[in-house]
Amino acid sequence: MLYRTAGQFKTTYKADHALFPVRQDAWLLAFILLLAFVVFPLTASEFAFRALLIPVLIYSLAALGLNILTGYAGQLSLGTGAFMGVGAYACYKLMSIFPELNIVVAVALSGFFSAAVGVAFGLPSLRIKGFYLAITTLAAQFFLVWLFEKWGWLYNYSVSGAIQVPNISVFGITFAGPRASSVTQYYFVLVIVAVITWFAINITRGRIGRMWKAVRDMDIAAELVGINLMKAKLSAFAVSSYIIGVSGALFVFAWRGAAEPNLFDVSLSFRVLFIAIIGGLGSILGNYLGAIVIVALPVILGTLPQAMGIPVTPATAEHLNTMIIGSVIIFFLIVEPHGLARFWAIIREKLIIWPFPH
Amino acid sequence: MNQRPDHTQLTAPDDGIAKGAVLLEVRNVSLAFGGVKAITDISFDVRKGEIRAIIGPNGAGKTSMLNVINGFYTPQQGTIIFRGIERRAMKPHHAVRQGIARTFQNVALFKGMSTLENIMAGRSVMMKRGIGWQMLWHGPALAEEIEHREKVEEIIDFLEIQHIRHIPVGKLPYGLQKRVELGRALAMEPSLLLLDEPMAGMNLEEKEDMSRFIIDVNQQRGTTIALIEHDMGVVMDLSDRVVVLDYGKKIADGPPDEVKNDQAVIDAYLGVPH
Repeated sequence: MLYRTAGQFKTTYKADHALFPVRQDAWLLAFILLLAFVVFPLTASEFAFRALLIPVLIYSLAALGLNILTGYAGQLSLGTGAFMGVGAYACYKLMSIFPELNIVVAVALSGFFSAAVGVAFGLPSLRIKGFYLAITTLAAQFFLVWLFEKWGWLYNYSVSGAIQVPNISVFGITFAGPRASSVTQYYFVLVIVAVITWFAINITRGRIGRMWKAVRDMDIAAELVGINLMKAKLSAFAVSSYIIGVSGALFVFAWRGAAEPNLFDVSLSFRVLFIAIIGGLGSILGNYLGAIVIVALPVILGTLPQAMGIPVTPATAEHLNTMIIGSVIIFFLIVEPHGLARFWAIIREKLIIWPFPH
Repeated sequence: MNQRPDHTQLTAPDDGIAKGAVLLEVRNVSLAFGGVKAITDISFDVRKGEIRAIIGPNGAGKTSMLNVINGFYTPQQGTIIFRGIERRAMKPHHAVRQGIARTFQNVALFKGMSTLENIMAGRSVMMKRGIGWQMLWHGPALAEEIEHREKVEEIIDFLEIQHIRHIPVGKLPYGLQKRVELGRALAMEPSLLLLDEPMAGMNLEEKEDMSRFIIDVNQQRGTTIALIEHDMGVVMDLSDRVVVLDYGKKIADGPPDEVKNDQAVIDAYLGVPH
């Protein structure tokens, strides 16, 4: 009943190409945006901002980047963490060389650095596929983290070897650094994530998205319909790494406040990959659903038992978290390789015909 | 009997070659994989506007021949002259730009994409808007998308696959997948269409449908077709001229009736008593 599509006729191809062929979807999105832009900022506590809202958005963005490469263009990558690092260090260097630079501009520019690095490490994809490609991206992962550690110029030769975000203000509002308020940082991240998501949706449903999906589904046939494989693969690496780089810059500047090289090690890559798998490869929505699960689960396990009066030590909660995430991933790989996004698609299909399924 | 709509606005692009003149010429082509000689010194031509069949027993080198024509294999010897341009090595995506499209023996569709998306993918070469416009979607990118959608809808209409427009092709039955693949090749607006066993694994009714589509494509759109097929009835009815290969060599070339009674062809198909 909620989802009845009766009476919604499409009379032009333009209408058929609309983002929401079913009107209810647009209402649902409007509702979610209302929550994100108005309700959450008014009601959320400092803890909710720091432990839930901001990380969910940043991880979603990183997973979106990975999903474009792996889910849309079919190129497996295990170097996400390092590409986030490239974005973060690029942003840090930009801000230390040009302290007057607008932070939003700096974040947007830092994506280009990781895009360039991504394309360079994407070159092997022209020759090799699948797991072998994953190994070369793994090489990128280890090489870049090593570089973050050894190249003193990157962290301004600080003694600790870590980068520390200074206070950065634009028009008198502090966006990053120790004095920045959580609400500001939340809006900062939310706006960037929303805009990039919109761009990503548009790219993936147009010519370039079809090109990527064609390469994913059958690269030989793609070549024979006139798609240049080199262009398709490298553009996927570029767009994906750009988004991942921006998410890395936000990761440090809008959330962590400081970073050491090993923050960007392979476990971060796997974390983002798990989000993409649980959420659903080849889907935009899935990244958000996956990030909510991965970020919220430890928070729930850390707070819920206490609230219910069950004594669970933090160490146990951590072990539980690992166990549950592990089994959830196995569950999805077996039962629904297309992840939570596919679950939602099935529910939606059922809702459209409910309560008269025939 | 209801009249099929006329699709005359979907004509093959004008390539400056008069009907009946040579569109494609294969000259002394030899192809070997190590010691295996797939094609030995084969020459034949395809004239504009005709349906040209390539037949022969299994392993005769028919598919290898198509792969040479559309740039997938590079022959060791010989040249391909297409639209008056001579070449030996080229990338498949260049062949597409020159106007050669093809379908495969075992369906090579993009399984995760819908029928519509598959056929739209066939028009990738013709779509020009860069990533900047694509990101914004509204404006030029959408205008271009709709312009090509209209062309694609004509093809969908022509092949009578409106009802499966939004269904992922992986879920479709085999006969329809073959039809979608033909649609994707048509979307490229080729001047030469290569069909590799378009009727393999089909029942009689599906074969009749496919034959009708091939004739319509040839007659209404003026597309030149080169096809490989094993069903002799179909080949003899459809094609204007037939070239017969056996063990990588050309053993006959000519109109269907002539080829049918050629002793070398009969021997190749039925075997020779020793």
